[in-house]
Formats: sequence, C-alpha cells, structure tokens
Amino acid sequence: MDKFITLSSKAVPLPNQNVDTDQIIPARFLKATDRLGFGDNLFRDWRYNSDQSPNKSFVLNNPNYTGKILVAGENFGCGSSREHAAWALFDYGFRVVVSSFFADIFKGNALNNGLLPITVPEVFLKKLLQTVTSYPDTLVTVNLLEQTLSYGNDSITFDINPYNKTCLINGYDDIDFLVSKKNEIIAFEKNRPAVEK
Amino acid sequence: MGKSLFEKVWDAHVVHTIENGPQILYIDKHLIHEVTSPQAFSEIEKRNLPLFRANQIVATADHNVPTENQHLPIKEALSRKQVETLTENCDKFGVTLYGLGHPYQGIVHVIGPELGITQPGMTIVCGDSHTSTHGAFGTIAFGIGTSQVAQVFASQCLLLDKPKKMRITVSGKLKNGVQPKDVILYIIAKLGTNSGTGYFVEFAGEVFENMSMEGRMTVCNMSIEMGARGGMIAPDETTFEYVKGREFAPKGEELAAKIAYWKTLKTDTDTIFDKEYQFDGADIAPMITYGTNPGMGIKITEKIPNLQDESFDKALAYMGLKKDTSLLGLLVNYVFIGSCTNSRIEDFRVAAAFIKGRKKADNVNALIVPGSQQIAKRIKEEGIQDIFEAAGFEIRQAGCSACLGMNEDKIPAGEYCVSTSNRNFEGRQGPGARTFLASPLVAAITAIEGKIVDVQQYMN
Repeated sequence: MDKFITLSSKAVPLPNQNVDTDQIIPARFLKATDRLGFGDNLFRDWRYNSDQSPNKSFVLNNPNYTGKILVAGENFGCGSSREHAAWALFDYGFRVVVSSFFADIFKGNALNNGLLPITVPEVFLKKLLQTVTSYPDTLVTVNLLEQTLSYGNDSITFDINPYNKTCLINGYDDIDFLVSKKNEIIAFEKNRPAVEK
Repeated sequence: MGKSLFEKVWDAHVVHTIENGPQILYIDKHLIHEVTSPQAFSEIEKRNLPLFRANQIVATADHNVPTENQHLPIKEALSRKQVETLTENCDKFGVTLYGLGHPYQGIVHVIGPELGITQPGMTIVCGDSHTSTHGAFGTIAFGIGTSQVAQVFASQCLLLDKPKKMRITVSGKLKNGVQPKDVILYIIAKLGTNSGTGYFVEFAGEVFENMSMEGRMTVCNMSIEMGARGGMIAPDETTFEYVKGREFAPKGEELAAKIAYWKTLKTDTDTIFDKEYQFDGADIAPMITYGTNPGMGIKITEKIPNLQDESFDKALAYMGLKKDTSLLGLLVNYVFIGSCTNSRIEDFRVAAAFIKGRKKADNVNALIVPGSQQIAKRIKEEGIQDIFEAAGFEIRQAGCSACLGMNEDKIPAGEYCVSTSNRNFEGRQGPGARTFLASPLVAAITAIEGKIVDVQQYMN
C-alpha cells in the first residue's frame, strides 16, 4: 500500500448526498480479475451520456476542477461492498475523500487502499464545498501526522484511529499484521468450546 | 449490565484486542463468489501465503452468470473469464465450489442457509454487502471488501472496530398482505439510509418472532440498506427447526449440544442499547419505493412527499416522477421476482398463490429467477412453475440476475421495473433503468395489472 503523510491539492466538489458505490463504479465494469484501470469507469454513468460522449455538466468533465481531493456530500460510498469503488477513485488519481459521513464498508475499503476518508462536520463541509466550487484554484492541505485539513484561513482536526493512522503513514496493511498473529489465532481455535465451533 | 445477542456472539470470536485500536475477530465461515474474490486470490499468491483454513470457505458463481443456458459456455468473454478464474482458484487452493451446473449452485446468501452452512452463533463474511442476510439465524454476518477477503484467506480473521448496538422492536401483528419486505422497507423509510451506519442491528419483537426464517432473511438482508453492517434476530425454535436436517447442519448429540448453546444467545433483559427504535406492526402497509435509494419508500397508497432538496429533485427527475403525486395507475412494463432478498420458495409461493388462474398484463415482461438450483427444483415439484408459465411469466435459472445490472439480465433505459431486489440506485438494474422496490406480492399483482395498484383491494 502507498504511504500517506501529507498532501496539498486542489479539490473536486461533488455535493450529491448518498453517492452509492453503484454510481462510483457500475456493476457492469466489475468483470476484471485484476485491480487495474477502474479509474476509466469512475462515475461512468454520470461522466458519460448514453451515446458515450462526455457529459459536460458533470464535474469531472469540467477542466476548472482538478486535484487529488474529492469533496462529497453526506453518506458517501453507501450500498454495495465492492472495493472496486475505492480502486476506481484511487486509480483516477484521488488520494483523499472528504465528506460529513461515510458508509462503513467503503471507509474500510478506502483505508485498505491508501485512500484517506476524512469525516468533517456538516457545517464545515458546506463551506468547503462552496469555497472549492466558487474558487476551483483553492489549495486544500491534508496533514495526516497532525490530523488536520486546512484551506484559506480555515482549518479543522479530524479523527482517525491510531492503528489506521500508523498503517497509512507507513504503508502497512492488515494482512501483514494478521499473519504475524498466526500463533494466537491457532491457540484461539484450539481453546474454543466445542459448541461455539 | 447484560449482554446483547450481538455482543455474546462477537465476544466469543475475539482473538486479540489492540490497545486503542481494532479487535481481531475470528471468522467461522467465509463465502466467496466470482466478482470480489479474484484479486484476493492474486494478493495472497503474490505474498506467497497459503489459505489459512480452506475448509471454512465455500464458493459459488452467482453475480456474473447468465440465467439461461447455463450448460453452455458463457457468451461474454470477460464474464466467462471471471467465472473460470473462480473455478481455477478453487481447484488450486482446495476450496469447495458449487459452480454453474452443480445442484447446490445459487445466490451465495440463498445457498448458505439452504445447505445448513449458516448456523446460529457463527461469524460469517463474504465480499458482498448482503451477507447481512445470514443474521436471520442469530449470526454475525456482514459484507467485506476484497482486501478483507484476502485477510480472511490469510488468517481466517479480520481487524475490526466493534460496532455499536441498535435494537429495532416491531410489536403487534402485521395486517393481511403485509410481507417481511414491507416491514424492512417501512423501517428504512422511517429511519433513513444512513441511520444504521456504525451499528449492528437486532430486530426484536412479536413481528419477527412470528416470522418464518425466510422472512427473517429478507429483513436482515436489507439491514445494509439503512447503513448497518448487519442485522440479527435471536435464534429460537423456528431457527432450530429450519437448521435441523440440512446437509451441513450438526446432527444427533452434536445438534442437541449446539441448540442448548444457541438458546443462550438471546439478549439479556437488562441490556442497554446505544440506540433503540420501536414500531407497531399494525401501522405497516404494503410498501413501494419511488426514488433512487431504498429509504425513499412510501405506503403504496401514499403520495410522493414534497421535499425541497437538490438530491431529492435529482432522484425524482431520474425516476420521471413528480412530487406530491400518487404512483397508483402508473404503467409498469417490467417485473422481476428474484435476488438474495426475495428468491426463496416462500416468495414464489406467495406470488403463485395470487397469480394462479390469472394472466400477466400484455405490456409486462415478468421474470422469475429462483435463488438456487434447489429452489428451481422445488418450484417445479410444487407445481408453481406451471402456474407462472400459464400466466405468461418467464422462468430462469439461478443467479443474481436483474438485481445488479452486471450479467445479461438488465432492464432497458427509461423503463419502470417493480423489483423484489434490494437497491433502486440509479442504473442499478441497467443504465437508465428505473426501479421500484416492493414485496413479491406487490410484484405479482403489478405483473397481472400492468400498473401499480392498491394491494389491499385484493386482500379481502
């Protein structure tokens, strides 16, 4: 997994609420057996018209809005557990998603792929969305060590559990950790009461 | 303070707790399918890791399979490759696979319970959010991402923060014509699509106590649609009766010992939940959704609400509907009865009981997709298939079908579909498709009428 420490970037506003993972990447693009290239189909049905021409009114097709930070409406990533949604956002170039609320499974998937989900209060999100929409050149800075997100004169600290923070900063993932606990897992299996097995 | 059903099962599976961090949770059963497993197999191969407990994994092909001519090679190259990759991986790693053509093949959340793989008190995961279905057995069951599939492959464990606990009690009795699907659509409409995020939900009260296992599965299946990781119902005699005698269920003395343990899994009376909601079963009526998330639901006779909100307007524009109007009388050209929510034998019995002696409306394409090969067989044996065929319904082979717009079964752009599945997201059933979620009974009535009607008029 890629390390994440700090990032300064312009941001892309997507104010829609309840953006589900079917919108992030529709199921018909989940047929690959590897992790590559999902960014091409990120927000496919919002990005392209039915004749496959780019939908000019969608934010990713507006050349004014670029950057590695996606600022999204409440309840981002709800619905299907498809990790392809996190892969597609990462592959497209996003490294941070900011919202006032993330769906559980998406949040875990993002963290497992070096994509940092940052939860901010609704009021802060509204202001951030307004600012980056009106001033697309606004630089947003995320500092994971200090757990801060700042832009202009505004700054906020965000929560992340210490385990996830350590993993992101060092580029560790859960598999390494779990495999290191093998003996403890085997002992657990041996000591379980028979009725619980 | 007492412990809840959820805490009892969770605590029995904790291997290790990291200070100020997540816990290592042991996973009893890992269900896999063709779409979310290939990258996980690649991951452990890349790291040169073996499968830690191959015998606790069961695989099937369901999401990306055709529902016609399953004996022939899959036409579409990418889908064929994905299904073949699952077979190759299962062969290579020694995983039990119920692939296409196997008598046990079917939707992963249908075959687990059907085969007795799903049992009370277990932890079950699968790379699919509707794994919550198995919670009907008093099981901690939830969907995971592909990185987590690889973690379970490598260690039979996951690193997780313990969710908070919520209880939703529905007391009283349900009215005639009100189905388990209506109960869960009602709850989600009342509480919203993110009300359960961060929680594991226990469904309690008379309504669930009186519900069949299949009904309970429908309810728990959709707990993810309110954002909850999973839903659970305390195991009782109904549960034990269902589990008994199934292929992989415990037998004899082992079963007796297990049932004695399963009986201890009820929530203690002095348990305090982080959040509690209460509803009266008598207030629930046949439901239907009108928007693009499962929380946008109304009683079928109610009007679409008049909300001032950009996302709400966008949803109605997608659906081609107007605020403050009724859905009654709206022409519907597609009806889909299937998916991990409603493709079990009771769902088809309910639909067939209504359809018997009637014909589908000319404008309607009605698709019946059983959740498993075993259900397909039972539909035939019970004469239900004849009823559907006589009414002009099309019966397919087992799979996820038109629930998710991935395989060949899709609803055309702009068309309305009354569907017994679980998600009405934009494009979920195919690009531009417009989904109304409802119960199998509402779906059956819509197919006969060719339009949305008040179900209650048939109930006397």
